[in-house]
Amino acid sequence: MSKQTMYEKIWNAHLVHQEDGKPALIYIDRHLIHEGTSPQAFAGLRAAGRRVRRPDLTFAVMDHSVSTKDRTLPVLDDNARAQFEALWRNCRETGVRLFDMHSRHQGIVHIIGPELGLTQPGLTIVCGDSHTSTHGAFGALAFGIGTSEIEHVLATQTLPQFKSKTMLIRVTGRRPPGVTAKDIILAIIGKIGVAGGTGHVIEYAGEGVTALSMEGRMTVCNMSIEAGARAGMIAPDDTTFAWMEGRPFVPRGKDFQVAVESWKTLPSDPGARYDTVVELDISQLAPQVTWGTTPGMVADVTGVVPDPASFADPIERRAAERALEYMALAPGTPITSIPLDRVFIGSCTNSRLEDLRMAAQVVEGRRVSPRIKQALVVPGSRLVKAQAEKEGLDRIFKAAGFEWRDAGCSMCIGMNDDVLPAGERCASTSNRNFEGRQGKGGRTHLVSPIMAAAAAIAGHFVDIRGWGVGLVE
Amino acid sequence: MQPFRRHTGLVAPLDRVNVDTDQMIPKQFCKLLTREGYGKFLFYDWRYLPGERPNPAFELNQPRYQGASILLTRANFGCGSSREHAPWGVADYGFRVLIAPSFADIFYNNCFKNGLLPITLPDEQVDELFRRTYAHPGYQLTVDLEAQTLSDDFDLTLTFPIDPFRKYCLLNGLDDIGLTLQHEDKIRAFEEKHQVTPVQYDDVDMWSPERAAD
Ligand code: SF4
Repeated sequence: MSKQTMYEKIWNAHLVHQEDGKPALIYIDRHLIHEGTSPQAFAGLRAAGRRVRRPDLTFAVMDHSVSTKDRTLPVLDDNARAQFEALWRNCRETGVRLFDMHSRHQGIVHIIGPELGLTQPGLTIVCGDSHTSTHGAFGALAFGIGTSEIEHVLATQTLPQFKSKTMLIRVTGRRPPGVTAKDIILAIIGKIGVAGGTGHVIEYAGEGVTALSMEGRMTVCNMSIEAGARAGMIAPDDTTFAWMEGRPFVPRGKDFQVAVESWKTLPSDPGARYDTVVELDISQLAPQVTWGTTPGMVADVTGVVPDPASFADPIERRAAERALEYMALAPGTPITSIPLDRVFIGSCTNSRLEDLRMAAQVVEGRRVSPRIKQALVVPGSRLVKAQAEKEGLDRIFKAAGFEWRDAGCSMCIGMNDDVLPAGERCASTSNRNFEGRQGKGGRTHLVSPIMAAAAAIAGHFVDIRGWGVGLVE
Repeated sequence: MQPFRRHTGLVAPLDRVNVDTDQMIPKQFCKLLTREGYGKFLFYDWRYLPGERPNPAFELNQPRYQGASILLTRANFGCGSSREHAPWGVADYGFRVLIAPSFADIFYNNCFKNGLLPITLPDEQVDELFRRTYAHPGYQLTVDLEAQTLSDDFDLTLTFPIDPFRKYCLLNGLDDIGLTLQHEDKIRAFEEKHQVTPVQYDDVDMWSPERAAD
C-alpha cells in the first residue's frame, strides 16, 4: 500500500460508501453540540419526522451564552434562556447526553471534549462550531460544520464529504522563553495568510510542535480555522497518551494498552506526500500581537503597526487601511505603546490549566494597572476552574485585581453579558479579532496568556521576555 | 430546498476581502431559534447607524443596488464562524448568487444547503465584473447553472467551475439527508464493525437517558 498521511488513514477507516463523482460518506464517531447552532437542526429533524440515530455518540453542552457570574440566579436574557430550554428539551426528547450550565463538568465544548476523554486519537469528531479543529491535537479528524450538517449527522451519523488537500506545516527550532504555542500559530497565520489553508487539512509537525504540551498543541490546532483550514492535526505520541490516561471516557488497564497500540499506527507514514509543505523556524520568534481585524494582521511585539502603503496588493492595502481605521491605530505606532482598556484571558484557545498557571506566574505579586477598566479570567471549564482554585491561582488573580469567573465562552464572542464596549481596546487570548467580535465597535488584539497578563499589569503591551519571570510551563 | 437553474438579477458590489460570518450576522442574532428572517440583520453593524437607520456610507444601501440578487465580492468570503445564520441571512436578504475569487470552506458548503450558488472566478474576471458593475447603473447578470455560464448585456460571457454533484443537487433542489438515507444498509453494516461508543469509567455529571431512568 502506498504511504499514507494520518488524515488519509483516518479518512479510509471511516469510509462508509464511495461512488465516483460524488462526495464520500464518512462516519462520525463523536458529535458535539452546543446551544448556539443546534436548535434549528433539531427542529428540522422533527419537521421531517426523523430521529437521532446515535444519541450515545452525541454530547451537548451549554457554553456560548452562559453567564460567567452567578448561575444560581435566573437567566434574564430571554433569548439565551430560550436557547438553554430548547437544548434541554431536545436532549431529553432524543436521548442526547447533556452537560448543562450547572454540571460540574460544564465548560467550553472544545475544552471539555478532550478533558473528559471523549476526544481520542483516530476518531472523527464534528461540532457546529468552527474551532472543532482543536480536537485534532490528539490525532483526531475534527472539523466544524453548519446547522444543516448538524441535522445530517443527527439523522445519519455520517456526512457526505469531499476529500481535502493536505498541508504539512513543519515547525523547526526551539521555542525561546516567553514564546508560546499561541505565538507559533499566530506567526503561522501571519505567514500563510487567513486563507492560506483553505481546502486543506493541516498537519503540524516538527520539533517545535512535538515539544509542546497537549494544551499548547490544542492552542495550535484550535486556530487552524483562522488560517482557513477546516481541520488541523498533530500525530499522537507519548505526550498524548500520558495526558489521556485516567480521563473518564478513556479506556483503562489492558484496554488502554490495546488502544495505545492502535493509536500508534495513526501517524503519517514516513515519506507520505502532502499537497503543500510549509516550514517555520521558531528559534528567533518574538511574542506576537495582532494589530488589525483578521488574525493574519499580526506583528512582533517589538515591531510597529505597519503602513498600509507598504502592502503591494491594492486589495490588501485597502483592507489594512480599513483595519487601521477601525482599530484607531496610526501606522508606525510601536506595538508596546498601544494603551489598553480591558484584558480577557479565556476562550477555547487559551483557558486551560497551563494557560492559567503561566498567566498567574506573571501576575503574582503585581497589580493590574489603574488604566485597565476590567481584567477577566474565565477558565475554559469548571474542572479547570476547580483545579486552578486548588492550586490557589484564583487568589493570585484576584489579589492582582483580576475578576475570576465561571466557565464559558464569555468575552471571546460576547453572547452573554461579558461584552467589550464600543471604542475600547482589549488584549485577548481568544482567536478572532474581527470587527465587533467581542462587542460592537470593540477593538481586539490577540495575544498569548502571558502577554495578556503582562499587558494587564502594564496597561499597554510589553515584551514579556524582558520580565525575567520564570515562564516555566 | 428551492432548485436553482437559471437566474437573472441585479449585481451589488461589496469590495472587501475576508468578509467574515460574524460581520454577516452578529452574535446577538445567533440566539434566535429559527432559520427564517435573518435578512434584516445581514451586515448589521455596517448597514445600520444607531436606531437601525440605514448607513448611507455602506455600499449595499445605495439606491442603485436595492433589489440586488447577485453579490459580487472579494477573496475568502465567509471566513470565521461556522454559523449557518450567515447564509440564511444572505439568502433571506434576497441574494441567490455570490461571486468571489474564493470562499471559506464551511461557508461555501453551507451555501449549497440553502439554495445559494457561490461562484468562484479568477481575480481578473472578478475585477472586470466590479468595473462593469460600477460603470453601468442597473448592471445585471444572467447565471445559467446547467451551462455553467454567466453573461451580461454587454457581450460578456464567462464560464465557471462547479463540482458536478453539487450542481446536480442544486439543480434539483435535493435534500441530502434523504440521499444519504438511501445508504441506510451500508451505514448499518459499517456500524457493526465500527464500535465507538465511549465507555464511561468515572462518574460524570451529565444528563443521560440512563440517569433519567434511575
Ligand atoms: S470560546 Fe470563542 S471560539 Fe471558542 S467555542 Fe466559544 S465562542 Fe467559539
